[in-house]
Amino acid sequence: MTIRRITLLVLAVTFWAVMAAAQNLAVPTDATAGQAVSIPTSGSGSATLYVYGPGTAIKRAVELGQPIQIEGDQLKKSGRYTVILRGGQDVAGSFFVAPAKLENLAFLARPSRVPASRTGAVTGSAYVFDAYNNLVLEKYPVKFELSVEGAPATSRTEDSKNGVAWVRLDSGKKAGAAQFVASAGDASVKRIVQQTASDPCNIRMKAQPAKNGNILVETDPIRDCAGNPVPDGTIVTFISTDQNGRSTVDARIKRGFAQAELPPSDNATLSVAAGVVLGNEIHWGGR
Amino acid sequence: MKRILPVVLVILAAVLIGMATVHTSELKPAATPEGAVQSLLSRAKGRDFAGAFNYVSKSSNTDQQSFSKDLNGRDGSLRTYSSLQKFDTKVLHESDSDALVRANVEWSTAVGAFYDTRDLKVMKEGDSWKVVWPVEKQAKVPPQVIPVNFLRWDIVTRGSEDDWGAQNVEAPRVRITSMNAIERDGSTIVLGEIVNEDTVPGFVAVGATLVGKDGKEMAQEESFDKISHTILPKEVSPFRIDFPGVKLASVKSVRMQPNALLVPASADPVMGVLHQRIEKDSRGRTVLRGELVNQTGETVNIPHVLATFYDNGGRVIWVSDGYVDRALLPQTPVPFSVAVNDELAKNIQTYRVTVNQYSLDRQQ
Repeated sequence: MTIRRITLLVLAVTFWAVMAAAQNLAVPTDATAGQAVSIPTSGSGSATLYVYGPGTAIKRAVELGQPIQIEGDQLKKSGRYTVILRGGQDVAGSFFVAPAKLENLAFLARPSRVPASRTGAVTGSAYVFDAYNNLVLEKYPVKFELSVEGAPATSRTEDSKNGVAWVRLDSGKKAGAAQFVASAGDASVKRIVQQTASDPCNIRMKAQPAKNGNILVETDPIRDCAGNPVPDGTIVTFISTDQNGRSTVDARIKRGFAQAELPPSDNATLSVAAGVVLGNEIHWGGR
Repeated sequence: MKRILPVVLVILAAVLIGMATVHTSELKPAATPEGAVQSLLSRAKGRDFAGAFNYVSKSSNTDQQSFSKDLNGRDGSLRTYSSLQKFDTKVLHESDSDALVRANVEWSTAVGAFYDTRDLKVMKEGDSWKVVWPVEKQAKVPPQVIPVNFLRWDIVTRGSEDDWGAQNVEAPRVRITSMNAIERDGSTIVLGEIVNEDTVPGFVAVGATLVGKDGKEMAQEESFDKISHTILPKEVSPFRIDFPGVKLASVKSVRMQPNALLVPASADPVMGVLHQRIEKDSRGRTVLRGELVNQTGETVNIPHVLATFYDNGGRVIWVSDGYVDRALLPQTPVPFSVAVNDELAKNIQTYRVTVNQYSLDRQQ
C-alpha cells in the first residue's frame, strides 16, 4: 500500500465521519413547495435553528427533543434548503423542496399577425408553473389549439420537458382573429393570432362616367387566392394614361373594394394594381 | 440762451419721432418696370402688403385681400409659415408701354428654402409702372357632402397588468425592395424603395451606414423627409439618403437599417396625382409637373410630393421631392413641380409620384 493510497483512505474516513455527524438531523426527503415539514430532534435543552434556502432565511430558538415545524408559507420557493441546529451538539442537513402541482401556464405565441395558409408560421411555447410560480419540471401534457371561427381547429398535445412545451403550427386557410389556446391540467391561456389575407389573387375593375365628368373606377371585391377578403386599408393604385400624361390615384380598400376618380379623358388607358399584382386594363373612349 | 437749446432739442426730437411714425400712403412711383417689381417685392418682404398692392396694375383684376392672401398664404398652407427672404429680377423684354420681368423669389419656410420663379408683365399706367399680378382664382367647390368611410387603425398595446407571456402587437413587416448607391455633386447618395408587406400601417425610417475600405464605419445618415414615413399596407415609398462630401469610391459597402413602428393611422386622405409629365420649365430646366387633387373632404395643409425615377432596367436612379406651398382644398387641383436632374433626365424611362400630407386638424 503506497503513501498516496493511505492518504486517500484517511481522507475518506474523515469525510464519512463529518457527514455522519452532520446528517444525524432527519431532514424530509419529499418536501413540496407550500407544504409544512417537520424535522425531529434528539437530546434536551434549547438550541438555535437556522434555515436558509431560495428566498428564505429563518432563525429561531427551538427545544431539543421536540420536532421542528417549518410552515408551508416559509417553503414556497422550490430548491435546496439547508438546516443548521446550534446548541448542545451542532448538527446540519439539507433537503430539496420540489415544485407543487401544475397551477399556471405562461404562454408565448408568435407572431401576432400571420398570413393565412403559411406552413409552420405559428409557434407557441408554454411554461408550466405551480401556484407559487415555481417551474414544474415534472412531465405534463400540454394541449395547443389554434382555431378561427368558421373553420376546423388545429390541435396538438406536447409533453413538457424541464418545464417547457412548445409547438409549431401552420396558419389556417381562413383569415380572422385566431384563438391560440394552451391548456394543461386546469390551467388554460389564450392568445390572439391575427390570420390575415395574402396578396390579392385577381383584381378586376370597372369604369363609368362620374357625375362631375371624371372617370369613376371601382374594383370588384378584392380577395386572396383562398377567398379571404384583402384587408381594408390596403393600397390599390389606379392609373390613367392619355395624351396629357399619366394620372395615378393610390386608393385604399374600404369595405372590400377600392374606388377612385380619374380625370376626364376622351382616349385613355386605365389600369389597376395592388402591390405586385396587376389587374385588368380598360381602354376608355377613343376610336 | 440757456433755455433755447433744450427747446430746440425737444422740437427736433418731436420732428424726428413724427417722421418715423407718420406713414405716408403715397409711395414713390416706379420709374422703371424692374423698379416696379422690386418695389412690390420689397414691400411684400416687409409684410407691407397694402404698400405692395400700390404697385399692382388695375388690369390684374384683383383686390388687396386676394393679393395679400396670394403672398401671405391661406388655409394653413406652407406659405403661411414662410417669409420672403430675397429676390432678384431680370428684364426679359421692355417697350415704352409694357415689359416682362422675371422675378426669382426665395422664401424661407418651415421646411427649408422654397424657390419660385415668376415672369411678371409690367405696364405703364400714367407716369408709373405697375405690375400685373394675376392672382389664381381658386375654384369654389359647391357646398356638398363628400361621403368618406372613415378607416383608421387603433392599437391596444400590452398593459402593465398583463402576465409576462402576453405578446404585444408586433411592428409591421417592411422590406427594402431596391437599393442603389450613386455619386452626385461630390456626395454619395443611397436611393431605393421600401414596401410595407403587412396588413397594418407602419411608421418607417431608413438609415444607412457607409463602411469604408478599411472596414470601419465612415458615416451614418437617415432619410429624414425624403421618404413617406407613414406607409399603409402594400404601400411603397421611395427613400433617399444623402452623404454630403463622401466619395463613392471610398465606400466599400453600405449597411441599410429599415426601422418600422406600429402606429395608429388613418387611411385618408386619398390624393390623386394627375397629368404627370416631364417637361422644361421657363428657365429651361427639366421638371416633373402635374396636379394634385384631394379626393376627400378635408383640407390638406401641406402636401409633399415624392417622385421616384427609374431607368430602363427598372432600377431607381433618382428620388426627388418638393413641397407645395398651397393647401389642397377638397376636389380642387393644385399644380406641383419637382426638379429633375438634367443629367439623369435622358436615362429616365419611367417614374412614380407619391404624396405625403401634413394636416393641422386631422387626428392621426
